[in-house]
Amino acid sequence: MSRVTEFLQHFVNGLSVGTIYALIALGYTMVYGVLKLINFAHGDVYMVGAFSGYYLGIVGGGGEPSFFRAAYVTLGAMIACALLGFVIERFAYRPLRHRARLTALITAIGVSFLLEYGFQLSPWIRTPVQFPPGPSPRFFPPLIDFGGERSIEILGATMPKIDLLGLGVALGLMLVLQFIVYRTRFGTAMRAVSFDPQVAGLMGIPVNRIISWTFMLGSALAAAAGIINASSRPKIEPLFGLISGLKAFVAAVLGGIGSVPGAMAGGLLLGLTEEYVAGYTDSSYRDAIAFTVLILVLLVRPAGLFGRVTVEKV
Amino acid sequence: MRFARALTVAALALAVAGCEKKQEPAAAGKQQAAAPAADTILIGHVASLTGEQATFGESTDNAIKLAISEANANGGVKGKKLALKTYDDQGKPEEAAVAATRLIVQDKVAVLLGEVASSRSLAIAPIADTNKVPQISPTSTNPRVTKDGDKTRPYVFRVCFIDPFQGTVMAKFAHENLKLKRVAILRDVGNDYSVGLADYFSAKFKELGGEVVSDQSFKAGDQDFKAQLTAIKNKNPQLIYVPAYYTDVALIGRQARELGFKGPLAGGDGWDSAKLYEIAQGALDGSYFSNHYTHENPDPRVQNFVKKYKDTYGSVPDALAALGYDAALVAIDSMKRATDLTGPAIRDAIEKTKDFHGVAGNITLDENHNAVKSAVVIGIEKNTPKYVTTVEP
Repeated sequence: MSRVTEFLQHFVNGLSVGTIYALIALGYTMVYGVLKLINFAHGDVYMVGAFSGYYLGIVGGGGEPSFFRAAYVTLGAMIACALLGFVIERFAYRPLRHRARLTALITAIGVSFLLEYGFQLSPWIRTPVQFPPGPSPRFFPPLIDFGGERSIEILGATMPKIDLLGLGVALGLMLVLQFIVYRTRFGTAMRAVSFDPQVAGLMGIPVNRIISWTFMLGSALAAAAGIINASSRPKIEPLFGLISGLKAFVAAVLGGIGSVPGAMAGGLLLGLTEEYVAGYTDSSYRDAIAFTVLILVLLVRPAGLFGRVTVEKV
Repeated sequence: MRFARALTVAALALAVAGCEKKQEPAAAGKQQAAAPAADTILIGHVASLTGEQATFGESTDNAIKLAISEANANGGVKGKKLALKTYDDQGKPEEAAVAATRLIVQDKVAVLLGEVASSRSLAIAPIADTNKVPQISPTSTNPRVTKDGDKTRPYVFRVCFIDPFQGTVMAKFAHENLKLKRVAILRDVGNDYSVGLADYFSAKFKELGGEVVSDQSFKAGDQDFKAQLTAIKNKNPQLIYVPAYYTDVALIGRQARELGFKGPLAGGDGWDSAKLYEIAQGALDGSYFSNHYTHENPDPRVQNFVKKYKDTYGSVPDALAALGYDAALVAIDSMKRATDLTGPAIRDAIEKTKDFHGVAGNITLDENHNAVKSAVVIGIEKNTPKYVTTVEP
């Protein structure tokens, strides 16, 4: 393997991890945009997304891997997580919306712990699926069968077809989101709420509904990220959203929290940085060096790559 | 500013969560200790019944139950029946310490069995030592488990070989049997077992004249190993040594194949689990690992155990089960030989264990409280384990 091929292989690997961070980061950024709340439970919604897919794959997946099964599992998990996002916002955050911001933040940490440790309890329900799953890792069923060859070669670098498909779906979802935020009435309303919720309310925008929809949208994206990740790296367990969620949060800050393109760029940048650090230096320094790079970027651009520095007028 | 404050709060919340756990052993100690009934002897077992290495705990616990019910059917020990109390540690060292304290202080067990994994046995060993309750680990192979600095821990024993030997076995096998010259290592950097085994393998392989072309690491819980595997593949090794536990190994195997690595992988006894094959889905074909025992051994003692285990639990016992069974047998035998059932008396009896016939080989404990035994090499063909060879110490 030549140096160029190795570089390219790292690029392909990093891209596959980076899109996952990007999809999760979008949820952080949108919620921050409308509520100025860092939703620490978002990484766990991502975990729940992967588990919803796992359960859907067991109960009604038709057994054989196929395109329809993949679509059914992915859409099902996205809907399940959208509902979860709605419930979390409605019952955990909305009652506290007008309290001090710290209260909401601590609630977010509480919701996060509730999901993580709730999912680690031993099962109450045994049929048709075991729920909660308990702390042992489970393995995500294959959704699509690509026949004989599982990987394709691009200039000597190999890429599993499932990763390529995941990348395509992720990019597609990002385009759809971009369209929703900048081209639809809902998107306009969302941006208005983000700009100033009180004034938006005065203009006749249903602020509560817009906030609910934002949570649902972000959670559905996290579920999609969970499915894409689990199809490629099949081990799922109740704590695996913790680290990915934290990293996606950093990606959102790096890109400029509140900015949709920023979250995408931040996620990809973080994934690639990690990959190159682990590939070319000692892999135990992966997180340390990757995060040092991020601190440096933030020192130069405190608002993040795409963030706008807002000057408060008095 | 607001953000900085938010992070401080997050850190505080995490710190509080951490402290809560640490207080548990003390709290358990304060509770009124329930003494076991006068006519039973309680044996404690700390096991990973759930978590990343759940099959380790399940196999061991099943086998210990089998050994105890057999002993009870044969009249028990000193006219008393044996009973087992098992606590789950979810595969976490801190939980293992809590479980061990609880068994000793609250349940007042006579003997402590466990843990399987070295990092968790290391967490238990000081507790067993301070409370003068003998601990027998079935399969912890890291040499430090029975050691406190240079001193041997008086109350800690094991019924298996240790990693300086196990690492040598695979290094020799790779160099002499497979005739390989260039290997790479991928180790779990946060795991005492993995780091120790990787070091012993590396030292022996270099001593034999081979070359370690790449030494990469990962952390337990990682999902993506492709950065390390790409770096490894670029150095063209003939074999990748992965001394880790089965879940990670199977995922590493799959990702190595996805990247187009065609050579064998190799590892140690941490690979032994039916789950390995279920997760790997054939990705580990052509690979090898060192182990304590094989169920293919025609010895009637082994076949008898395999049959009993299969009849009771419906599956073939792995090495974890075999050694769990042996650990329980050694504990029971020692209690029979002991002058009375206090910790020090049982300890003295365990220390004198000599040429005890276990299902995973004969057990004689040396001055470091380790068993000196042969190892087997298992190969993986068509996603099933096959016995390859036996290596004597």
